[in-house]
Amino acid sequence: MDFGLTDEQEMIVDTVRAFVARELVPHENQVEATGVVAPELVAEITQKALAAGIYAANMPAELGGGGLDNLTMAMVDRAFGFTQYALHYIVARPSNILQACQGAQVDDYLLPTISGERVDCLAMSEPDAGSDVRGMSCKATRDGDHYVIKGTKHFISHADLADYVILFVATGEEETARGPKKLISSFLVDFDTPGVEVVPGYNCVSNRGYHNMIINFDNARVPASKLLGEEHRGFDVANEWLGATRLQVAAISLGRADRALSVATEWAATREQFGQKIGKFQGVSFKLADMTTKLTEAEMMTYRAAWKMDQNTMTDGDAAMAKLSATEMLQFVSDEAIQILGGMGLMDELPLERIWRDARVDRIWDGTSEIQRHIISREILRPLGA
Amino acid sequence: MKVVVCVKQIPDPADPGALDPETNTLKRDTKLILDESDSYGVEMALQLVDAAGDGEVHLVSMAANNEVGGLRTALAMGASSATIVSDDALGGSDALGTSKVLAAAIARQEPDLVLAGTESSDGYTGVVPEQVAELMGLPSVTFAKSISIEGGEAKIQRQTEAGYDDVECPLPVVVSVTAGVVEPRYPSFKGIMAAKSKPVDELDLDALGIDAAQVGWAGAGQEIVAVDEAPAREAGEVIEDDGDAHERIVAFLDDLKIL
Repeated sequence: MDFGLTDEQEMIVDTVRAFVARELVPHENQVEATGVVAPELVAEITQKALAAGIYAANMPAELGGGGLDNLTMAMVDRAFGFTQYALHYIVARPSNILQACQGAQVDDYLLPTISGERVDCLAMSEPDAGSDVRGMSCKATRDGDHYVIKGTKHFISHADLADYVILFVATGEEETARGPKKLISSFLVDFDTPGVEVVPGYNCVSNRGYHNMIINFDNARVPASKLLGEEHRGFDVANEWLGATRLQVAAISLGRADRALSVATEWAATREQFGQKIGKFQGVSFKLADMTTKLTEAEMMTYRAAWKMDQNTMTDGDAAMAKLSATEMLQFVSDEAIQILGGMGLMDELPLERIWRDARVDRIWDGTSEIQRHIISREILRPLGA
Repeated sequence: MKVVVCVKQIPDPADPGALDPETNTLKRDTKLILDESDSYGVEMALQLVDAAGDGEVHLVSMAANNEVGGLRTALAMGASSATIVSDDALGGSDALGTSKVLAAAIARQEPDLVLAGTESSDGYTGVVPEQVAELMGLPSVTFAKSISIEGGEAKIQRQTEAGYDDVECPLPVVVSVTAGVVEPRYPSFKGIMAAKSKPVDELDLDALGIDAAQVGWAGAGQEIVAVDEAPAREAGEVIEDDGDAHERIVAFLDDLKIL
């Protein structure tokens, strides 16, 4: 494994850093203050990202995307992690799962999402089914050449910006050693389908301006042609394509930690108390040492997993370790950064309190830290029959 | 239409390195990047070729060790090809020595238009474009804020203190472009990946037919005898407002001939 940047990777990261600094960071305070990204700003950033050729960087070049490998994508996500997610998200990263599109789905969903004409979101969670995905109650029932969908999804990120949803619903049930479990299928559902309603979700402490929504399905009739992958095999589709999402969360956490550490280091090197720079006190300098060490550990875990993904050798445990290590590192780094700055660390003149707040959701979404530990330990114990 | 853009590769201003104490010149042993002031010329050239519907943008640069880090950025923006001139004898070149090299490299391209930044961000001599024009026997227009090609000639708005001059000029012409007049595009990911396979012609003084005695330290007509730190800014005058502060401000600005 060699994580040294090639000239091309260095230029790609430089481009993203420049884009973030010029096009996104200037809007941070406005988004934090209002809790929204104005529609005209969404349109402006989208157009600039398309013009800059950095939109849909995760998608294959032959489909119109950026064509980046997973390691470079992790470096790009880290650079985007410098700013807040509400702005970052606009420079879209369509769900990798769309690469499972077949036939007319390619022209109807995959290609227009890569080109910025359409925006996707993904719905899995329900009020009574979080980590226990196979306990979901939202279901699709076959009726001729249609499916009829009924139920509710919540915590659906950026559904307010999307015009369709990659929906995971129960289409049956099977007996397992641990009792009956739902069979899951995935569908592409347009929001203008009769019976589909997108309503505001909850106010969240993390990621102001990046909204979670609730989607209600009231006997919505969806053509069978909207089935993504095979019936009852939605988990296969998810497992094939969603591993990269955990790496994305990990890589963004690195970027947030970069910024928090940078602010704390600058402060430690310039603020004087008791007649000397506070970085001279071991109580502060050792914090910086621990923060840097944990950040480097998480960097190694994340880039290792991304590199293995490029070699087609990444396991679920590799991705889980990257996410677990990076998101828990960010919790530590953002908290210690605030401790170094003292009271100023909690003021919104600086980005630390935002990074600290935003970090909280990263240990929950895309699989809680406990679920990641479950995945890692399962990979250790299963070969032993435990 | 063929547009040649002069591109300087400079030490990263964020990590500029140090001065060589013997020569009082900037050490250039770090990675070099595209001088931001030249990115405006690159962008303008790309826009002109787009507007023409046909043509190419070629870059010309001079740097040690065939360094192309900055050129790759401009190639990733969309330029088609580049020339890099490197030669051990070029160390210590002054502005005129640099212009001789650039003029010879540009002439090989037989361009319709030559663009350059008004001045580099590390040397700030601000004379190279005009010297290149003189050496090539071409007209020179400076401080362009916009350029269009119409009827086989260049129509240029030339920035002045009071506004701008409309200038019309036959092609080929050397034009220096004012910073900030266009928004340089970001190198796209596809452009970055494509840049590594774009042709970069590596030339030395022999290839250009230039006598080494005319350039570098040997040919330099100038010597940097000393470099001193800029004096610290002096504290300004604080005016307490006793009701006449506005008059004193007006008088102050009047003394500076701003009003």
